[in-house]
Amino acid sequence: MEIEREPLTSSTEIENHEGAIIEDLRASSQNPLSDPTEWLEKTIERNILLTTVDAAINWARKTSLWPVTAFTACCTFEFIGASSSRFDIARFGMEVLRASPRQADLLVCGGTLTWKMAPQIKRLYEQMAEPKWVIAMGACAISGGIFHDSYSVVPGYNHIVPVDVYVPGCPPRPETLLAGIENLRRKIAQNSIKKSGTKR
Amino acid sequence: MNIADNQELSSHLRTHFGEGIIVHGEYVEITIGKFERVAKYLKESLGYEFLSMITAIDYIDYFELVYRIEAFQNKATVQLKLKCEKVKPVVPSLSHLWYGARLQEREVYDLFGIEFSNHPNLKRIVLWEGFQGYPLRKDFKVKSYDAGN
Repeated sequence: MEIEREPLTSSTEIENHEGAIIEDLRASSQNPLSDPTEWLEKTIERNILLTTVDAAINWARKTSLWPVTAFTACCTFEFIGASSSRFDIARFGMEVLRASPRQADLLVCGGTLTWKMAPQIKRLYEQMAEPKWVIAMGACAISGGIFHDSYSVVPGYNHIVPVDVYVPGCPPRPETLLAGIENLRRKIAQNSIKKSGTKR
Repeated sequence: MNIADNQELSSHLRTHFGEGIIVHGEYVEITIGKFERVAKYLKESLGYEFLSMITAIDYIDYFELVYRIEAFQNKATVQLKLKCEKVKPVVPSLSHLWYGARLQEREVYDLFGIEFSNHPNLKRIVLWEGFQGYPLRKDFKVKSYDAGN
């Protein structure tokens, strides 16, 4: 028994209609549509934004600080609190914690640093790309805290890496950390390319 | 073998090792000479099969080592206390009885400077190679105290 098949070359009325629509649209769409400009006021259209190179570069730097994921002790949890939805450091453009120091420009030193861990932190700092900044968060990061004369604790991160902003507290509340970040942003805003290519 | 109470433990140890062993409750004071044999007997004959921890205490005249050993069968604990001299403290290692003793003995060596004879890998574990002194000893000096407070 043979099965009747429609020949492959035949075209139905529906297919012909569909093809005509496509051909019409293609023929009438050869040039791109113009973007809508009705919402622009005429005064803005004629304006030019003026700024300095310093202001533009500093604005870009201070509004996209990317912290590196390198935390040694318990102040980390206040940083986690600051970085999640309640305190939300995403407002400052820094919610992305980079797992690689090559992609980061901010080292938030949260917690006690032991001499055994110190070479790794120094190495992380040296691997970060310029320009880079350091926030010492909490009493241990500032001075060693209650462990300042211990046999195994570094008495302050500034023995290992240069510190830009000290955030006191044991641990500092997220609001305190946000205040420290705000201070760092003010510090970055004062940089100038005249002084050097980097931050100092 | 299950041990009913500390009285029975005391009498067991007395009959096997003589009068040199003092039992206060679950604390057993022993001498260095009998230490290894007592530990082996506790593990292999009395069912104290788990070495829970090793630590040391720095007294004025001597170091004291504390071994906490547990028996799961009868839910019992015994603590061996062992005095050793202050000048050159050496005690036998228990690493051939319990593998876990290796790390704990290294920690005691690291922080107290007590040597364990026959330990297969006795070196610092928490602090780094080249660290001067043993920081949990009472005579270890820290900065602010060095300067006369």
